[in-house]
This record gives sequence, C-alpha cells and structure tokens, in this order.
Amino acid sequence: MKAIFHIRKRINRSWLVDMLLFFLLCGVACFMGLPLVFTISNAFKPIDEIFLFPPRLLVHHPTWNNFFALKDIFADSWVPFSRYVFNTFFIAIIGTVGHVIIASAAAYPLAKIKFPGHKILFHIVVLSLMFTAYVTQVPNYMTITWLGLINTYWAVILPAFGMTLGLYLMKQFMEQIPDSLLEAARIDGASEYRTFWQTVMPIVRPAWLTLIIFSIQGLWTSGAVSHKFIYSEQLKTVDYVFGQVASGGLVRTGPVAAITLLMMIVPITVFIVSQSNIIQTMSTSGLKE
Amino acid sequence: MSASHLKERVRLVWRDMKKYKHAYVLLAPYFIIFLTFTAFPVLMSVALSFTNFNMLQSPEWVGWSNYAKLFVNDDIFLISLKNTLLFAAITGPISYMACFLFAWLVNELPPKIRAIMTLILYAPSISGNTYLIWQLIFSGDSYGFANSFLMNWGFSLEPIQWLQDTKYMLVILMIVQLWLSLGTAFLAFIAGLQNVDPTLYEAGAIDGVRNRWQELWFITLPAMRPQLLFGAVIQIASSFAVAEISMNLVGFPSVDYAANTIVTHLIDYGTIRFEMGYSSAIATVLFAIMLLTNLITQRLLRKVGE
Repeated sequence: MKAIFHIRKRINRSWLVDMLLFFLLCGVACFMGLPLVFTISNAFKPIDEIFLFPPRLLVHHPTWNNFFALKDIFADSWVPFSRYVFNTFFIAIIGTVGHVIIASAAAYPLAKIKFPGHKILFHIVVLSLMFTAYVTQVPNYMTITWLGLINTYWAVILPAFGMTLGLYLMKQFMEQIPDSLLEAARIDGASEYRTFWQTVMPIVRPAWLTLIIFSIQGLWTSGAVSHKFIYSEQLKTVDYVFGQVASGGLVRTGPVAAITLLMMIVPITVFIVSQSNIIQTMSTSGLKE
Repeated sequence: MSASHLKERVRLVWRDMKKYKHAYVLLAPYFIIFLTFTAFPVLMSVALSFTNFNMLQSPEWVGWSNYAKLFVNDDIFLISLKNTLLFAAITGPISYMACFLFAWLVNELPPKIRAIMTLILYAPSISGNTYLIWQLIFSGDSYGFANSFLMNWGFSLEPIQWLQDTKYMLVILMIVQLWLSLGTAFLAFIAGLQNVDPTLYEAGAIDGVRNRWQELWFITLPAMRPQLLFGAVIQIASSFAVAEISMNLVGFPSVDYAANTIVTHLIDYGTIRFEMGYSSAIATVLFAIMLLTNLITQRLLRKVGE
C-alpha cells in the first residue's frame, strides 16, 4: 500500500491518512465511473438486455450486433460515412490547433508585458465568461451571415479560435513563469516573438494540453452548433449524423448505444494521451526560479 | 487635470504603446475574433434588453420596461431567481471545493494510477448523455433504483415520484450538478498542481511546516492562486447557468416551475416566445448577479494562505 504513495519527497505524510484518503478516493471513483461502465456495457448488450427492466448495469451476453446494425444503417446513406468523419476531424483539428496558438499568443502579452491597456483587455475577456451563450445566439448568427461564413466549416472553426476559456487559462499559467527566465531570453537577444515561441510555449505545455482537451471535446460534439450554420449534407459532422440515427426511435436503440460509445472514444483517447504528456513534461518544465 | 498635463500623459502612453507594439501584434488575431464573435454579440444583447424585439419587426426602444416587468410582473421569474440563487449557493462552493480536493488527492498518486483516476473522476463530463443513468436511478415507478432500494429495505411503502414531486426536484438537480462538476476547473487544478515548484515543499519542511494540511494552506494554495481564480469563475458560471440538466431530468417547464432557473426562463422567452428583448434583459440580470458573486469570491480568494 505504501508503494502507491511513493512519489515526490514524502515529507509531512502519515501512512494512515494516506490510506484513508486513498479509500475515500476509490469510493468516489466508483460512483463517478458509473456512466462510463454503463455506456460501454450498453453498447454490447443484445436487444433483449437493452430493454430489460429494471435495467442491468453490466452486460451478460455481450454481442457486436449493435455495431453491425450501425454499419448497415450507414451503408445506404446518401453521403459516405467517411465524409462525415473527415468533416469532424477537420473541424476539431484545425479549430484546436488555431485556438491553442492564437490564444497563447494573446495570453503571453496579457500575462507578462505591461503594455498600456493590458488590464482592461483582460477584464473584458473575464466579463464575457459570465454572459450566457443562449442570448448571444441571435447576434452571432447575424454576424456569421454578414461575414459570409454560412455553410462553411469556418462558421464553426473561427469562433472556436476565440474561445474565452483558453485565453484565460493560458494567461493564468503564464503568470507563474518567473520573469527572470524571460529576462534571460531577452538578454540573449531573442525578440518578443521568439521568447514567446521558444521559451514560453514549451514551459506551459501542461496548460496547452489542458486547452487541447477542452477544445477537442467542444468541437467533437459541435453538431448542435454546426447544424445551425451548415446546411449541406456533405459538410455535416459525425455528431450530427449520430443524432439523426438516434431520432430513429426504438428500433435504433441498439445502434444508438454503439454510437454513444464510438463518440466517447476520441475525447477519451485525447484525454489519456494528453494526461501522460502532462506528467512527462513536468520534469523538464524549467519552471523553477 | 490641466490640458498640458493631459497632453503629456497621452504622449507617454503613446510612447509606451509604440515600445510594446509587438504585444499588440501578438494580441491582434485573438482580439479580432473575440470582438467579432463574443464581445460584439454580448454588447448587442445588452442593447436589445432595452428594446422590444421579436425577430420579425425591427427593435423598438422601450427603456427599462423589460426590467420593470421582470421584477414586478413576472412571478415565474421570481421563482426562477430564488431557485437559481439557492442552487448556486449550495452547489457553487461545494463543487469548487470538491474540484480542488479531488485534484489535490489525485495529484498525490503515482503517475499511472493518477492518469486512470483522473479519467474516471472526469468521466461524467466527457460522456455525453449521462442524464440517462440518473433517469434510471430516480425513475418514478417501483423499478427505479432509488425506489426499489427504499422499498426493499422498508423505508417507504410506495414509489416516490422523484422527478415530478416539487419537494425533491431541486435536491436531485443539485446532486446531479455536483456529480457533473468535476470538469474544467478540476482539470485546471490538476495542471496547476503539477506546476507547483517541488523545492517549495522542501523549503517549507525546513521552515517548520508540520503536516499536509499546513503544507496545503501555506504552500500549495498560494502557489496556485491563478488557477484558483480561474476555477472560481468557471464554477460560479456553471452553477448559475444551470439549465440543461433541469430540462433533461425534470422536463421543461417543470411541475409548478419548481425547477425553473433563470436560464430556462430565458430559453422560454428567447427560443419559444421569441421575445428577444425580454430574454436579453433576463440574461443581463443573470450577468449582473454573476459579476457581483465573482467580485466577492475573488476578494475572498486573495486571503488564501495568509
């Protein structure tokens, strides 16, 4: 048991409290993990188990039938399924890469350069976090129409570049970078742009991995948003199509369970990969004074 | 301030602006997008709150009358306001502390276990339609998990209509919200904890920090103040803007409006009745409440570690 808690210098830790906290954590984890278990097991349930009442948490006779049924549904769809997959990946990847770079570029001066207006600009950003998105839908639709972005990928991607959350998170992280490190880079003759790109960006890797998780997650399930701005069937996303399948009613319950699992896989994979990266980069972050 | 003074100041600011022009270059792409897709719609919505706008005719200026109607003439808004405040007052602080507590506990684990644990705790936020499982638990007949448990153990004799009974609705929503709350702030805290300089702990041990709780208060918390501020803004926003779980679990509108919140009220007027001016006024009121709460919270957070 003690081996579980071997990390860091184990100063100021008592073994008993470690144990207690660990069990508390395990208990909470069981509770939180329920939907994950339920979604996975549902996808493999044969039709009679899906409709079983009261429902069972775990599958008793796992089957791939739901996935095959899904394949059949897409086999005779008008636009090939691969096209939807491409659209989704395109929006998620371009949106995320652009967001991380653009938000970080803006966060650096806000956090570390005392230029005139830096406080006001940041306050405006924070304020906007507190305004609910439901009412800004109408003005947003108008702006996107004026800009001629209707029915293009950009109607979803461009607003994602300017997500407030990313800038805020990045700025808060960059504030922790010691000024002396930046001074050193400047004394070595680096321009502000190079300081940003070669000194600041590598240090805040844990933060941009967190940003990537949020951004992918948001864009991956952006079906509802894209549905408003994108009308062509060829440009629609997987998320949207899955919604269509789900609206097929009772007969589609099995395939829908399979879909739910498939939709979860990408965000979870991104999450796992980023997580292990966050941990690795820490040892070389150079954040020490 | 005299004219020459003012001129001098403008000159100085202008000099600084030129000196830091690279800062503006770095900011430009973000702020152009931010202004177009976030700031401008927000301003427009605030402006619309003083008008009568139904999306068909052009808006007509009505001054403060939307706001007057909200507080004097709209009983359902007052119920929503009460619900939202109660909801936020309970789930806000608890979820915020839970985010930090679990991030902190997870961070003590070795890397592999930590990654798995983080994933499990974060799971409710990732997996899309997690309401389903709560509908099963609080299903109104005797087969629902909660009812069958209570009846099997003799706590109650007949099934409780959890999601229709006005006594239970708000409480259930709070439980679900808390369960969903290990999201954005939780991840930000984990990343923040990773950033705390380990030498600080060694220095702390030498300076007489005796146990993990002291370590937490005097070293960990102050070192991650930026993330704590970030988390507060996020948790406050999510505890005030609750709507979707209410609409999905107890229906929209809920029985006797017992689980109506400010945002569901806003959705009602915005997307069903198309009274954009009125719904903008609702949003503006919510915005003002959140702003005030944030100011108070930020002030409290500055005292951490003192």
